[in-house]
Formats: sequence, structure tokens, C-alpha cells
Amino acid sequence: MTATARQEALLEVRNLDVRFKTAQGEVQAVSGVSLDMQAGECLAIVGESGSGKSQLLMACLGLLAANGTASGSVRFAGRELLGSSERDLNGVRGTGIALLPQDPLSSLTPHLRIGTLLTEGLLDRGLATRDEARQRAMRALEDVDISDPAARLRQYPHELSGGMRQRVALATALMCGPRLLFADEPTTALDVSVQARVIELLRGVRDRGLGVLIITHDLGVVAGLADRVAVMYAGRIVETATTAELFRDPRHPYTAALLAAVPRLDDSAQSRLQGIAGDPPQPADRFSGCAFAPRCDYAVDACSVQRPELRSIAAGGGTVACHRPLAAGAAAEAAT
Amino acid sequence: MNALLRVESASVRYALRGRGLFAPVRHLDALRDVSISIPEGGRLGVVGESGSGKSTLARVVLGLVRADAGRVLWQECAIDYDDAIAMRSLRREMQVVFQDPFGSLDPRMTAGEAVGEALQALAGPVPSVAAQDRIIAALAEVGLGAAFANRYPHQLSGGQCQRVAIARATVSRPRLLVCDEAVSALDVSVQAQIVNLLHELSERHGMSLLFISHNLAVVRHLCDHVAVLQRGRVAEQGGRQAIFGAPQAQYTRDLLAAVPRIDRQAVE
Amino acid sequence: MAEALAATAPVQGLWTDAWQRLRRSRAAIVAATLLLLVIVLAVVGPWLSAYTVEQVDWSQATLATPPSLANGHWFGTDANGRDLFVRVWIGTRMSLLVALLSTLVSVMIGVAWGATAGYLGGRVDDWMMRFVDVLYALPYMFFVIILTVVFGRSLVLIFLAIGAVGWLTMARIVRGQALALRQREFVEAAIALGLPTSTIIARHIVPNVLGTVIVYATLTVPQVILFESFLSFLGLGVQEPLTSLGRLVAEGALEMESSPWLLLVPSAVLATILLCLNFLGDGLRDALDPRQRT
Repeated sequence: MTATARQEALLEVRNLDVRFKTAQGEVQAVSGVSLDMQAGECLAIVGESGSGKSQLLMACLGLLAANGTASGSVRFAGRELLGSSERDLNGVRGTGIALLPQDPLSSLTPHLRIGTLLTEGLLDRGLATRDEARQRAMRALEDVDISDPAARLRQYPHELSGGMRQRVALATALMCGPRLLFADEPTTALDVSVQARVIELLRGVRDRGLGVLIITHDLGVVAGLADRVAVMYAGRIVETATTAELFRDPRHPYTAALLAAVPRLDDSAQSRLQGIAGDPPQPADRFSGCAFAPRCDYAVDACSVQRPELRSIAAGGGTVACHRPLAAGAAAEAAT
Repeated sequence: MNALLRVESASVRYALRGRGLFAPVRHLDALRDVSISIPEGGRLGVVGESGSGKSTLARVVLGLVRADAGRVLWQECAIDYDDAIAMRSLRREMQVVFQDPFGSLDPRMTAGEAVGEALQALAGPVPSVAAQDRIIAALAEVGLGAAFANRYPHQLSGGQCQRVAIARATVSRPRLLVCDEAVSALDVSVQAQIVNLLHELSERHGMSLLFISHNLAVVRHLCDHVAVLQRGRVAEQGGRQAIFGAPQAQYTRDLLAAVPRIDRQAVE
Repeated sequence: MAEALAATAPVQGLWTDAWQRLRRSRAAIVAATLLLLVIVLAVVGPWLSAYTVEQVDWSQATLATPPSLANGHWFGTDANGRDLFVRVWIGTRMSLLVALLSTLVSVMIGVAWGATAGYLGGRVDDWMMRFVDVLYALPYMFFVIILTVVFGRSLVLIFLAIGAVGWLTMARIVRGQALALRQREFVEAAIALGLPTSTIIARHIVPNVLGTVIVYATLTVPQVILFESFLSFLGLGVQEPLTSLGRLVAEGALEMESSPWLLLVPSAVLATILLCLNFLGDGLRDALDPRQRT
């Protein structure tokens, strides 16, 4: 990590706010999010529904819905993305930052052949001739472990299984040589056995030197892939840490509760799972103080009055936004 | 021990229309010679990937899909799904909770109306005052206050909708509850709540569960027996300890190995 | 262990929710107000004037006089000396009546047919919709003319003829919706409860297609008015002494060069009604769209 510390951050997000104008008034989906990403690392953003993680991704790429506005700063390789024109953004999309969407069934145009889908990015931009593009497409399919690429190029999306479609979507995303890959819940719609392969492929992408930003609610995927993790709740980041630290020693009560709620194959098979009372907050909900306070086992009065700021924790470079963060080792004690 | 429900050699075959007017009809075997059994008060988890036939199995048990071969026995008597009278009393004993919390409730009915409809259809006719009490009681049992009776699905969260669906399914005190991926569409923190709720209801009322899921870890916590389906066949079946501790079939072992691990001590 | 989950947001009925969204569309509100005005005038208008629908005014210099405030003929008179103001509102009554009744008939038949076909699916659906396709193929003008010749020109016949044509498209639309609803899990849940098919269609399918039906009905009413106008234009519609907007437009067209008001006034009223219904239909579609609910 130290060797890359001097490099310019591949992605720098500062104080990002995303708001939507709805019939019920203004709704804030993301508040004050700041994060950095380097090349060759994988950052996972973890959150449940309503946490704002998808909107964060969309805001960076300028893909928010018509009634949404983003403010703050998003710099990719030194260039400011927020407020850029569509033309400038199109220059970044695909070649700079690529998107791997959640559902391959709807992200691959059903009536186009795989070959067309793979090569359209290159051909539209005039970055390759037809033959070159075809060669690159076949290599891209091989890179994602798809056999018989020549035949696949002629097939349609519906002729492939779900796992294959997601791999084709990944190949498509990588075709124009991006430096950063955004993956939005890439394993959610897949079977377990296929998930493992896709995670492996994404690891390969990271090892090749790209940055990978993955949005997920699945902590198992985070464990297998991410270098660093940011946990989001109610539109804000509540904790960041390296993956190892997060799982060993969660400091925010929400992170600890989330880890405790995930059913495991390797823990004692007690019948009772540890849920978190209540429901995940939706963007329209308003809170005074900490958004997690109503559901938190450790909340005190101050938690409902004053919203905690994201602060560094002395050891390791992680951050947490909590008035009473868990002490190191507290979560491990609670589990035994 | 007497089995509450037993499926004997069920097979379901779908005919797929080929392309073109004269193309031959292809067949898809959704279930092939599947036999499972659920004891009284027991919880059977059926796991498998997509295309394993687990949802088809649930629908065969409920009578929503007819098996082409094999039979389903309720308390050791074969079920005749065409016998309207027998089905009426059987439905009181066997109900279902589906996967999509918002989709499984009629968007134009309130929670109270949905539970009330089930009450009248299964245990009715019930006079309206008594019915109101039972509806409120059913909602309370799933953790929803009386105020929720007047809410529409779009005013509820996913977890609350699923609780309403569970209230609707259990208001007639069925002896078997079929859960078809009932927690798969829920957030992790809510999933745990609903799994606990199902476990509690099962223990309290001696209600058996047929729990269909692709999530092995959830099944391990909730169910005492497990059947693993692979492409329409039963790959392995047995008690929880046996399946998770010492799986015999290669497919089961592969499936378990593919589940991403979260290891507290060290991460790769 | 019952977790006490307190109810937080205020409860709102579905129709209240839709009504509030409709109020926010300015075009829909203006359209609805104008439409209301037209309806009020259609009801009250004839009483406001001193003249009746058939009364011929011999007192003017010519039979057909242009609109004037002085002589009490606010919209002028027609070629037979009859007051146009009264005739226009009587005509509007007739057009609206025909339109509303026919639309009601076609909605009832169309919804019942389409919901049943869509829900039952399979061969029943195939046969029911082939029947609709066959009726569609019939040249309905021809059909109406034959009926008129056989049964004479009666008001009832006009309602039936228009209703008989209108239900076809409604059936197709409802059938499409019903087919989609049939796949939703709440319908499977109703089947699992053992409810009879007729109950499921009536309680779960029809209420969930009502939104589309209402919207489509407001967009059908203009078509029906135009169809009735067309029939009148051909001389097959409403007969004297009753009149409709269609007849008035037809008569006005004949006198277009000498008495332009005879064409302009009923056309303006007709156009207003059609435009308002279209805007209202658009507003209703947005208001009733379940996906926009937050």
C-alpha cells in the first residue's frame, strides 16, 4: 500500500451529495461521502437497500435520473467529473471508467449479437478496424474463460446462461481498456457456483492494475475480493477499514450487527440469527443525530441529538462515524 | 415417526414450443423422480441452484402445478388435487409464503384485508367482529401493531410486507407452511428477523416448514432436515448434521465449497 | 416475542393518493374545469335562452342571422331560423349522453371479456380473442348501416352500435393487463387460498386494471363522439328534432360560406370537449400509474 501512496489517486470523491426532487419534496440519497481509490486495488461499498450506494455510483458517472442532482467533487485521474458536459463524460465512460451493471439479462441488448455488443464501443469511437475489434473481442472472451469465442460472437444474449451473460458483460466493460471498473452488485443475480468464478475474474481484473469499485450487500463477496471496505448507512459512510480489519474488528455498531446477522456455514448452528430490529432507512426518512441510533444497542442520548462525524481511528488508517465506537476486540468477545 | 407430508417419485415435464410451426416439441424435465418427506413439526430445507426444480417441487406440493408422475401424501393418504371438497380442508392445513414481498400482496388491498380474505376463505365464514380480532391477533403474532392493518403494500417496507404475507398464511393455523425463497429478496438484517420469526412460529405451533432456498447458510440455521436438488433430481437428503458436516454427494460438497467464507481471524 | 413496530407515516387511501397527484397536473385541472363548464352549460344552457330548440324566429330580416347580443341569439340562428345557442347545448347533451352511455357499455363488456380471457389463458383465451379479431375485421360502418335499415333509426340502436365497436379495443387492453397480472405472486397466493376463479377475477384482477380502464375510457369518449358525429354526417345518427354536435357540424358545413358561425360554434364546442378529455386522460394516466408511488 505504501508504494502507491505517492501516486495520484485514481478516483477522488469529496463531500458528494446526491439529492432528488420528488413530489414529496427533496430527498437526499447520499450525504457528504468522501473516498479515494488507487489503481490496482478493490474498494467495496457495502450497504443495504436505501443506503445510497447505487446512487453514489450513478452520480460519479453522470447517470442520475432526471430529477437528481449531485454536488461536491468527483475527480477521476485529476479531471473533475461533476458538472462536466455529456461530451466530456462520454470521453470518460467506457475508456476511463467502465460499468458492470447488476442484471446481465437487462444490460445486454436482447436483439444484438454478442459480437456487436462487444465491439460497438471500439467501432463507434473509431478506435479499431472491424477486424481488429473482432480479434480483441475474441481475446476478451477468452480472458473471461468463455470457450469457443468465435461461435459465441454470433450468439444472442438469451442463448447464454446467467453466469455466461455476466462474464460477457464483464468482457464488454473491459473492451475499451478502462482504468477503473464500477461493478454494481455483480453477483446478486447469480448462483453460488457461478459467483465464485465471477469473483475470481474480478480479482484478475484488479491484479492487472485496474481499480475496482464494487457495490454489494453480500459480505461473502467482500471477503473474497475487496482490499478495503466502506460501509454506508442512510446515505453516509459510517466506517472504512481494510477488509481484514473490518471482519476481525468492526468498530461501528452497525457493521458489527451486520456481520452478526449474516448466517454462516462455519459458526455454531444455533437456530436464532442476530437480526437488527426495525428496517433499513429509506432516503426519504429524516433523522436528527445518528441515523442508526433507533436501531443501535449502544445508543445514548447524545446519539439522537448530534450526528457523529467520520473520524480516523488511531491504528491502521480506518475511519468510523460514531460517538461510542466499539473498542478493539469488542465484537470478537461478544461473539464467543 | 409419521410423516406429515410425503412426496413419492414426483416428476414434472414441461413441453417447450420449438421455433417455427413444424419444429419438434422439446421437453424440459423440471423434476425427475423426486421423493422427500416432512415429519410433524419438522423443518425441511430444499436447496439447489436455479433450474434445480426446487420451486417446481413447492408448487407440486401446493397443487399449483400437476405432477406428471408420482404422488403427494398428506398424513399417509394420497392427495387428490381435483377433489374440491378435500382440497378445501387441505388448504386450511397447508399454506405458502412467496419470494417477492411486494408482489405477493394485492396492491389494492390493505394488510388487514389481505389477512381477512385468507381467514374467510380458509376458516370461514367468520362473523366480522370475531374476524377483526383474529386479524389483529395474526398481525400481532408476526410483530405488527394494529395500526398496520390499514396500510397498503406500497406503504410498507419489504420486511413488513413479508410479515403480512406470513400472517396471511398462518391465520388459519396451518400444519405445514411452504416458504418459496421467502427471505431471498430481503436485506440481510431483515432476513435474520424473518428467519427467527419463522422458527418461532414453527416451534410455538408445531408447524412444519418446507423451506425452499438457494442460501445454504440460512437453511443450516433454520432447518433440521435438508434435501439437495440438482437439475430436477435429489442429489442427497438427510439430517442437518449429516449434510453439512459429512456430505456424501460430490455435488453437495461442491455447493458447500462455493459458498464464500467470512473468516473472522484471517482473510486470505 | 412481538416486536412493537410503531406505525410512522400517515395512512392514505389509494384513491386519495391518486387524486393528489392528479391535482398537481395543471393541464388536467384546467381541462377538468373546462369540461365541467361545458357540462353545466349543456344542462342549464337551454333554459338561459328565451328560445327553444325548434322555434323558428320569423322576426329577423333573414332566417339565418349571425351571433349578436342585441337580439338574444347569442350564437346566431341557423338556416331555418332556429336559435343556435339552444341547439348547440341540446346537441352537446346528446353527444355527451351517447358518448358516456356507449363508453359505459363498452367498458363493462370489454373488462369482463378481457379479464376472463387474460386470466384463463390457454385455449379459452385463444378462442375469445379470435372472436374479438373477427369482429374487428368486420366493416362496422356496413354493419351499422344494415342494422339501421333493418331496425330503423333509433337512439338505442346508436348506443348499441357504438358500444358494440368500442368494447373490442377495451377487451384487448384489459386482456393484456390480466395476462401480466396472472403471473404475479399475489394471484398465485389467491389460488393457493382456494378462491374460486370468478372471485379471483372480480376481486384481484379487475380492481388492478381499473386504472388503465379509466384512462383508456377517457380517451375512448372522444372517439365515440367523433364516430357519432360521423354517423350524423352520413345522416344515420340522431334524428330531428333532436340534434347532436355531429349533426350541427354537418349542417354548418353546408352553410359554411354564407353563415360561417353555424360551423364554427359547434366545432369549437366539439374541439374543446375532445381536447379536454385527452388532457384529462393523460393526467389520469400519470396519476394512476402505480410505479410512481413513493
